[in-house]
Amino acid sequence: MRAVRLSVVTAAATVAALTAVTGCAEKSDAKGDGAVQVVAKDDSCEVSKTKIPAGHVELAVENKGSKVTEVYVLFPDDRIVTERENIGPGTKATITAEVKAGSYEIACKPGMKGHGIRQKIEVTGAAAAERSPEMDKAVAEYRTYVQAQADETLPRVKVFTDAVAAGDIEAAKKAYADSRIGWERTEPVAESFGDIDPKVDVRADGLEEGQEWTGWHRLEKALWQDEKLGAEEKALAPVLYKDLVDWQNRVGKAEITSTSMANGAKELLDEVATGKVTGEEERYSHTDLVDFKANVEGAEKSYALLKPVASKNDAALTASLDTQFAALNTLLDTYREDKDSYEFTPYDKVGKADRKELLDAVNALAEPLSRLAAAVTK
Amino acid sequence: MSQDARNPSGAPDRSSPDGHHGPSRRALLGWGGSGLALGAVAAGGAVAAVRSEGATAPVGPSGAEVPFHGPHQAGIATAVQDRLHFAAFDVTTQDRARLAALLQEWTRAAELMTAGHPVGEGAYGGLPEAPPDDTGEALGLKPSRLTLTIGFGPSLFAKGRFGLEDRRPEALVELPKFPGDNLDASRSGGDLCVQACADDPQVAVHAIRNLARIGMGRTAIRWSQLGFGKTSSTTPEEQTPRNMMGFKDGTRNVSGTDAAALKKHVWVGERDGSGWMSAGSYLVARRIRMHIETWDRAPLQEQEDIFGRDKGEGAPVGKAKERDEPFLKAMLPSAHVRLAHPDTNDGATILRRGYSFTDGTDGLGRLDAGLFFLAYQRDVRTGFIPVQRSLAAHDALNEYIQHVGSAVFAVPPGVRDKDDWWGRALFS
Repeated sequence: MRAVRLSVVTAAATVAALTAVTGCAEKSDAKGDGAVQVVAKDDSCEVSKTKIPAGHVELAVENKGSKVTEVYVLFPDDRIVTERENIGPGTKATITAEVKAGSYEIACKPGMKGHGIRQKIEVTGAAAAERSPEMDKAVAEYRTYVQAQADETLPRVKVFTDAVAAGDIEAAKKAYADSRIGWERTEPVAESFGDIDPKVDVRADGLEEGQEWTGWHRLEKALWQDEKLGAEEKALAPVLYKDLVDWQNRVGKAEITSTSMANGAKELLDEVATGKVTGEEERYSHTDLVDFKANVEGAEKSYALLKPVASKNDAALTASLDTQFAALNTLLDTYREDKDSYEFTPYDKVGKADRKELLDAVNALAEPLSRLAAAVTK
Repeated sequence: MSQDARNPSGAPDRSSPDGHHGPSRRALLGWGGSGLALGAVAAGGAVAAVRSEGATAPVGPSGAEVPFHGPHQAGIATAVQDRLHFAAFDVTTQDRARLAALLQEWTRAAELMTAGHPVGEGAYGGLPEAPPDDTGEALGLKPSRLTLTIGFGPSLFAKGRFGLEDRRPEALVELPKFPGDNLDASRSGGDLCVQACADDPQVAVHAIRNLARIGMGRTAIRWSQLGFGKTSSTTPEEQTPRNMMGFKDGTRNVSGTDAAALKKHVWVGERDGSGWMSAGSYLVARRIRMHIETWDRAPLQEQEDIFGRDKGEGAPVGKAKERDEPFLKAMLPSAHVRLAHPDTNDGATILRRGYSFTDGTDGLGRLDAGLFFLAYQRDVRTGFIPVQRSLAAHDALNEYIQHVGSAVFAVPPGVRDKDDWWGRALFS
C-alpha cells in the first residue's frame, strides 16, 4: 500500500495538459510580434488569435474597461495554467506560460468576480496524439481484466471477513492472503481512487493523526500478532467487505490509458522493490511472496496487452522484458511447491541473500519496464 | 594582526617556529607564503564585521575563516558550506559540573579549530610517550569556513538529570509521529548535537572526531551523519543546488543576509520565553531516505508533477525561471512545492541547510542515500511541525522517500567572547 501516491491514472490525464520544460523561455521573450493581444473590457474579452503554437506563450493584456480585471489561462477542466490579478483600468500587463498542444480557455474577469468572459483557444504542436485501434483494444481488454479481478475477489474477501466476524482465527488466517490477490494484481488502478486504498490497505505506520486503522492489515495484526479477535476486529470485517464492494463498483469507471497501463506495470514492481522485498507489507503474516507474485502477474497482464504495439516500436525492449519476466517467475517458483497454488514460503524464512536475489531480479525487470510507456507512445 | 589577537582562547601561541608544541595550521601556511595567510586573515575580518550586525556575509574566499564569536552561533545563517559532519551525543556523566566543564572545553576547542588551529597541545612535538592532543588529520589545511554549532536535546532537560527541567523552553517540544515515519532509534534523538560544516570534509570530520575524543567519559556519540552536496542555499544569488533526485528543492529559502526574515522566522526573540535562549534557534534534523532505484524509473512527467518544478531549469509549473514566484494553484494538490510553501502552511517558514548523503548500500543492494534535512526556526511548533504535517499527509513524494531518523534541539545563542562558553546562560 502507498500512503499517498500520485496515481498513475491522474498523472496520465495531466500529461497532455501540463506545461513543458522551459529551456526556450529566454529566446522567445521578445515583446510584440509573438504575443497574443488580449483586450479586456467590462463586457468583452477580445483575443487577437485563437490558434497558438505550443511552447512559450505571451499574452499582452490591455484593460480598456472601467473595472479592475484579472485574466486567466485555463485547462479544459478549469484548472489554472497561469493568471494575473489586479489589472487596473487603462493599464497593461503581460502574462506568460509554457503550454503544450491542446484546448484551453482564456478568461477575463471584470470586477475580478464570477466565471469570467471566456474565449476558447487551440494550442497546436507535434504532441497531438493519434488514436490507435490497437491501443484502444488493449485498454478495453485491460479494463475487462481489472473488473474481472474485482468481481472474482469479492467472494474470497467474503470468506475472509465472514471468518473474522465469526471469530474463527484459523479459517481467517487461511483465507487472508487469497483475499488480497485480485487487489494486488490491479493495485495502481485501485489506488487511483484516492479514498479506498487508505481504508483497506493502510499499515500502522501510514496512518494520519486521528485516522482510524481499518482494513486488511489491521486484521492481519489481530490474527498473527495479537492472536485474538475482539469485538472491534469482528466489527471491522464487514467494513472491509463494504469498502471493497465500493472498489468493485467503481473500478470499471477508472480512467485508463496505454500510458497508465505501462506505468502501472512498473509501479507494481516498485511496490515489490520498496515494500514486499523488505517484508514490511505483511509484517505479521509474512505472506509477502503472495502479494509479490500477484504484483508481477498484474504487471505481466498489462505488458502482454501492450506487447503487440511495443514490439513493433522496440523489439529489443520486448525481448528483454520477456526474458526478465520469465527469470523472475522462475525464481519465484522456487518458493512454492505447487505451481498452481499460492502457497509460498513465509517471508520470514527467506534469508537476506535470497531477498537480495529476489530484488535483483525485480530490478532487472523493472528497469526495462520503465521504458515500456515510451515504447507504446512512440 | 598578530596570532595572539586571533587566538581567542588565550592559549599559548603555538605559531612561533621555535615553540616546542608545533605550529598551527595558519602558521604552516604562513611559512609557505605569508601573502596567503594574510589574505585569509583579511577575509576573516570582513566576515566578522558583517556578522556582528546579525546577518552573514556571502560565501567567503575558499579556505576562509568564519568567526566563532557573535550574538548568534555560526553555522545557521552562514552561507552553506559544501560538507557536513553532524553528530548527536548522549551525556554519560550524571554530574552537572562535569557536563558544564565539558561544554567549556568544547568551546575552547571549537574556537581553535574554526580558526584553523589544532586543539590542545597540538598534533606533534609533545611527549613521545603520550598520544598527541590533536588527531592531526587537519594539519596544513585551511579553516575551510568550518563552523561548529551546538544544540541541546529535550532529554537533557529530563527531571532528575542535571536540574534543568525548569529551564526547558516551551518551544522545545518532541515532534509528533507523522504518518509514514519509520524512525530508527539508533539514528534519532540525543542529549547534545554538534553540526560541523566546512568546505573540506576532512576539516569537518576532524572537528567532530576531536570533540568526541575530548568528551569521552562524559559524552558518547549516539549517532552521526556525513553529508555532501548541500541541498539548499542561504545565498539567493546562487543557483539552488540539486538533491539526489536531480531536482532543485529549497529555492525559496530564508536568505542568510535577510536580517528581517531571520529575526522573524529563525532567531528566538527576547519575549519568546526562556531568556537563556534569546538569539538562539531550534533545530530539526531528519534523515530522509530516498528510494533511488524506483525514482530513477519514474517518468519525467511524474517526477516534475511531484515536485511542481521542471527538472531542467527548476521553474515552478507554468513559469520560466527558477526564482519566478510559484503559482501554487497550477500545481497538482499533492505537489511537493505546493504543500511545503508558506502560503499553504499559514506562513510557516524555516531555514533549511540540509545535505545529501550516500552511506553505501543497504544489504539488498539499494543505495542508502537521501537527504539529511536540517532546518532552523524560531519555534518548532509554528515551523517544521505544520509543514511536515501537510507533507506527510499529502505529498506525492512520499512514494519515493521515508523519514528514518529524527531529532530536535534547542540551539543556544552565540558565544560572545573568550570568557563565554556554549550554554553558559543555561547552566548559570
